Amino acid sequence: MLRYSLKRLLGAIPTLLVLLTLAFFMMRLAPGGPFDGEKSLPPEIQANLDRKYHLDEPLWRQYGRYLWDLLHGDFGPSFQYRDYSVNELIASGFPVSLRLGSISILLALLVGLALGTLAALRQNRPADHRIMALAMTGISIPNFVLAPLLILLFAVHLGWLPAGGWEGGRGRNLVLPVVTLALPQIAYIARLMRGSMIEVLRGDAIRTARAKGLPERTVILRHALKPALLPVVSFLGPATAAVITGSVVVEQIFGIPGLGRHFVQGALNRDYTLVMGVVLFYGALVVLLNFIVDLLYAALDPRVRYR
Amino acid sequence: MTTPTEGRSLWRDALERLRRNRAAVAAALLLLLIGLLVAFGPSLSPWEFDQIDWDHISAPPSLATGHWFGTDGVGRDLFVRTLQGGRISLLVGLAATLVSLIIGIAWGATAGYLGGRIDGLMMRIVDILYAMPFMFFVILLMVFFGRNILLIFVAIGAINWLDMARIVRGQTLVLKQKPFIEAAVASGSTTPRIVARHVVPNLLGVVAVYVTLTIPQVILVESFLSFLGLGVQEPATSWGALVNEGAQEMESAPWSLLFPAAFLAATLFCFNFIGDGLRDALDPRDRR
Repeated sequence: MLRYSLKRLLGAIPTLLVLLTLAFFMMRLAPGGPFDGEKSLPPEIQANLDRKYHLDEPLWRQYGRYLWDLLHGDFGPSFQYRDYSVNELIASGFPVSLRLGSISILLALLVGLALGTLAALRQNRPADHRIMALAMTGISIPNFVLAPLLILLFAVHLGWLPAGGWEGGRGRNLVLPVVTLALPQIAYIARLMRGSMIEVLRGDAIRTARAKGLPERTVILRHALKPALLPVVSFLGPATAAVITGSVVVEQIFGIPGLGRHFVQGALNRDYTLVMGVVLFYGALVVLLNFIVDLLYAALDPRVRYR
Repeated sequence: MTTPTEGRSLWRDALERLRRNRAAVAAALLLLLIGLLVAFGPSLSPWEFDQIDWDHISAPPSLATGHWFGTDGVGRDLFVRTLQGGRISLLVGLAATLVSLIIGIAWGATAGYLGGRIDGLMMRIVDILYAMPFMFFVILLMVFFGRNILLIFVAIGAINWLDMARIVRGQTLVLKQKPFIEAAVASGSTTPRIVARHVVPNLLGVVAVYVTLTIPQVILVESFLSFLGLGVQEPATSWGALVNEGAQEMESAPWSLLFPAAFLAATLFCFNFIGDGLRDALDPRDRR
């Protein structure tokens, strides 16, 4: 297990390096500098700025400097919000996004697994058809369409929930964003779970368990659930990535001061270092989560480790 | 004279099964309708997509004024704009899928057929790229290189090919063992020719399923970018951009959100249903 973990961890390094290198060179090859405004700056000031941010050095020196700083956990200053460093912006935004994202994933897992299992047990009966139609709807409605519709219904017409804002992450403010983020994932997880559960239920192990006269409850919970979970576990990586991406839009719509909103603002303002910082931060996060998912998978399915 | 017995090909069987899948057939018909509307609808209306009607600003849908879906906050006709936006959305969906299709098939079939160390290396690259947050990369591209529609095609396509490459490779590994490939090798065909003439055509079933499922994903990515204001630029529009504008005015003018949102969701719904149906039709293992 330890060897397997080490191998996986080493495998993450090239991913991070490629991510970093691509992002850096894309940033530098882009036309236009971060200080190109409506009116052009006097050349002396431009030169001073360039020197301050080391933009006057050769490209490979800048790359080395950037790598070195990153190794020390320093994402550099924000080009747009001059008074803040990218680190400070991430530190202020990430806890908010983390809270939003983790609650959404948990909700998606709980509801998705329950619905998927239910559909599998009622295969080809009305309950199954209804759940799968619902799942298809969940997949087909994009979150940026769902969010305004939810606001229109629950905030504007019924007045039950606030239309936006964060207010320290109160429950009332969380409901709509969390539902928006979780719904597509619920749909994917339910579909995956249904498929794998049906497959598992057809297997010999389940026939044996039933032949032994075990009650149906035990058969499902003790024998079928664990192997059926495997595809869902491997889906957790992409699901997290999707929730992170989705939170960019959701934070924008609901006016939540998270990292995704910083990212969009940075992107619209051409705040290079901020955008890069967020991409690298989330990239590292996704890589790390994929690593954890791999370990989880290996723990659940011993066959993986010996391959 | 005897009539030759008619063979039943895989495709004919699949078509038969697909036809019996009512959800998929309904989805295909609806999609056809949306396609026709998007193609010919704008010419039915007296308005142009960038024409401003000063007398009807944020007007509700009405037959009398000729604004069948109402107008937006600056008085542009939403019927025409929704369909015009649909052209962009569908075009991006098809073009970017084509890009990912070409890269994915070439990469996957080559890796799968050659095997060995080259295969390992090529799939390792796919793995590395796979672990990256794609959407952020597309956004980076948009930020750094301007909001150019051609770039959207290429960026989305260049990022979406990974799944395709994996699926094609897996399928190629299976095909490689088949006798007809051995026959081609024995008859002296060159490797590129075997890949192009014998391997790729036999991959088309799997690829067809995957394509119908990729198109909605791509449309979604484009809408997502446009929603954030990073996709197509005014006065051109797409469903994502329209939903964005509509969401800002939804309290006073709900129609400006509902029409584009309905078109977008319906299109995604149709593609997903057709893709699912096609998969069931081509892979009858899990038939009901």
